[in-house]
Amino acid sequence: MPQIGSFTLLLALALSVYAFIAGLLGIVSKDDRLSETARRAGIAIFLAVTAASAVLVYVAFANDFSVAYILHHSNRALPGPYKFAALWSGQEGSLLFWCWLLATYGLVLRLRHKVDTRLVAHASVVISAVQIFFLSLVNFAAHPFALMTGTIPADGNGLNPLLQYPEMVIHPPMLYLGYVGMTVPFCFALAALIMKYPGEKWIHITRRWTMVGWAFLTCGIFLGSYWAYRVLGWGGWWGWDPVENASLLPWLTGTAFLHSVMMQEKRGMMKSWNMWLIFSTFLLAIFGTFLTRSGVVSSVHAFAESDIGTYFVVFIALVFATCCFFYVRNRGCLKSEHKLESLVSRESSFLFNNVLLLVATFAVLWGTLFPVLSEWVTGHKVTVGPPFFNKVNIPIALCLLLLTALGPLLAWRKTSLDSLRKNFQIPVVIALLFAVVLVVRGMKPWIDVSYFYSLMAITLSVLVAATIGSEFIRGGLVISRKGNTNILKGMYLLTRRNTRRYGGYVVHIGVVVVMIGFAGAAFYQNNEQELAFGDKMAIGPYTLLCRSYTQDDKPNYSSEWAILDVYKSGKLVTTMYPEQRFYKASGQPATIVANRSTIAEDLYLVYTGKNPENGHPIIKAHLNPLVWWIWAGAHLMLIGTLLALVPNMPPPPSKPAQPPAQPAARIEDVAESQTTVEAGTD
Amino acid sequence: MPLARKTVHHLAIGLILLSALLLMGASGDNDPGGKRFDRLGHALMCQCGCGQVMLECNHVGCSSSEQMRKELKAGIDRGDSDQVILAGFVTKYGPTVLSAPTTTGFNRVAWIMPVVIFFVGLIAVALVVVAWKRSTAKNPPPSAPGTANPEMDEFRRRVHEETSL
Repeated sequence: MPQIGSFTLLLALALSVYAFIAGLLGIVSKDDRLSETARRAGIAIFLAVTAASAVLVYVAFANDFSVAYILHHSNRALPGPYKFAALWSGQEGSLLFWCWLLATYGLVLRLRHKVDTRLVAHASVVISAVQIFFLSLVNFAAHPFALMTGTIPADGNGLNPLLQYPEMVIHPPMLYLGYVGMTVPFCFALAALIMKYPGEKWIHITRRWTMVGWAFLTCGIFLGSYWAYRVLGWGGWWGWDPVENASLLPWLTGTAFLHSVMMQEKRGMMKSWNMWLIFSTFLLAIFGTFLTRSGVVSSVHAFAESDIGTYFVVFIALVFATCCFFYVRNRGCLKSEHKLESLVSRESSFLFNNVLLLVATFAVLWGTLFPVLSEWVTGHKVTVGPPFFNKVNIPIALCLLLLTALGPLLAWRKTSLDSLRKNFQIPVVIALLFAVVLVVRGMKPWIDVSYFYSLMAITLSVLVAATIGSEFIRGGLVISRKGNTNILKGMYLLTRRNTRRYGGYVVHIGVVVVMIGFAGAAFYQNNEQELAFGDKMAIGPYTLLCRSYTQDDKPNYSSEWAILDVYKSGKLVTTMYPEQRFYKASGQPATIVANRSTIAEDLYLVYTGKNPENGHPIIKAHLNPLVWWIWAGAHLMLIGTLLALVPNMPPPPSKPAQPPAQPAARIEDVAESQTTVEAGTD
Repeated sequence: MPLARKTVHHLAIGLILLSALLLMGASGDNDPGGKRFDRLGHALMCQCGCGQVMLECNHVGCSSSEQMRKELKAGIDRGDSDQVILAGFVTKYGPTVLSAPTTTGFNRVAWIMPVVIFFVGLIAVALVVVAWKRSTAKNPPPSAPGTANPEMDEFRRRVHEETSL
């Protein structure tokens, strides 16, 4: 079987080389038949890589330890889902998985060629080039079907215990779907630039691709965060680890693109900027992969150090040079169609939004690479950890929240200050009321800077929610009056008639909810104690009573755990079982966190070990406020993105008597959208 | 100014003043117990190789974090200043024990660069705005409205509908 896997990988590489060369020649010679063979070769790549992936999964389930990758990442006692997950658990397998996802995206791109045959032909050549790189890696640098030499062990080394969690089965695929998904918009952008194509068409084609990639990336980031929270057992969800940062970089530039692209669609502006945002997003996705796999920076999430980093550096340099070349050559087609008419406008808010997102991108990238730079310049390595990232990024995030609140109140072209003030008053009052209540209830910003940030984050979040809420209510009212329905149905119709806009608002609400969750971090508490039978430990409003502690032995691991009754205000609320496992094949321990999550706080218990003298378990308890909000916000963000992807409901039957709207009035009117929805035009 | 609007306006001003008063009346001596240990503990990295902040290392039987916590507690109990405590850790474990770059020497660059980039970004936006306000689009590209491209006009109409804000 491994030989079949190796053969199909070589075949896939040969097909990608053909798809690239034939596609290129077809475009140059305008030979449609040659282009069609290239397209079909591109489709065949998917079949070949799918076969290779299936073979790897098969050998994992067949416990074929003659394959080095399976020996190092699986064992006989490993449960089935984790054997399947072995496909992406190591360097070689995950690169093969990457190739498979890329081939899948490539398949869809090539099957949908009728959307614009010439543009897709160009994009297909670009994606073939990317496929050549990744397939070369799995064929020559990180071969997943490399065979063992000498005696083949009877059992494998097993999967890293940190990866043996349900979240870990879905987190990497989501993240990779996001990373790889950003390849498609990149291919269309470069293709459009090469063709000097009108700005809007490629954006129209790729908008959904970008949103899908962004949604997967968001999902992957939050799943990774959830995994870190539930598995690593340190009580936090984001450690500013280099690999975490690597996933955040393309997300930030992708977010900037999703905002600024509206300026190009609506006003024909920012064409070069958008082009470079997509280029940057793709380059940062590749750069993140490089960081994870090269060993340049150390991380708990990184793959074993290897020499494939050089390949990535060369690839990144080549992609960058190609982008620069075509940009310099063809930038004439990216001239702006309109100018900015006012600083107080939707356009300027997007500009500042982009600046802030890019500054955040730079800050994260800079902090991630500074240890390497410092060692290179001074000869001494330094640590750039959470304090640096928090100090730099929290103010930026707060500014972004403020812009998120302002955005919906700004009209395109120009907004009068009067109109802004009129629509901003009530949300500001609501937010200030919240702030005062929070201060009175104990969130005193002068005690600690973290309290100040929390207060600001919650206040601004309320401001954003209030502005978005007022948008929904105003729009809902307009539609309910015209359609003689209730306001809820009006809001539903409003959303269905402009899913992109209101889906975007739901995403913003999700961000707000996440920010409130982040704000809770300032108030966390922890306590660590050795607990004998009947011992008690207090944390916040909870008292933990050690009822018992015990151990167990299973084929894959042995374990120890404590049984703790949890009391709140003297009343038993639950029993929790913090556990520690020892995986036999890998010889590594792992914590199984016991977590009681409520909307207000998480009671998070970790079995940190036992006292060697008396065998009593040592329990670390964390009280993490508002963590539930982070996961709820992530769900809202995804729901909003899905909503934005749903096609708009057709507008109601046209009303012939309806007079055209006055442009000047519409610009000034923040309720313009409702007019638009009603009229069905801009 | 209509009465309702005026009331809201005054209410907003009142709330701002109330918030300002609350903030002005604040004193800085409310540091709760344990905060200093927590703050300094988060300024240090565990040295066992886990790559985690000292207070967040949860490795079973960690050879470093337990000892470091004791040293930190001893320093606080002695009444040492933050600088003295951190300098003691740097002397013993090396500069990588600090969880963030210092504000001395080359490390200053780490802190300065994001700020510089922020202001460069703002200036760049300002320059772009000025340039846009001065110039006009002299040669509209083929995709501009009214260029007899019904497909593109239809697309533009739909985009405007979808992005209408």
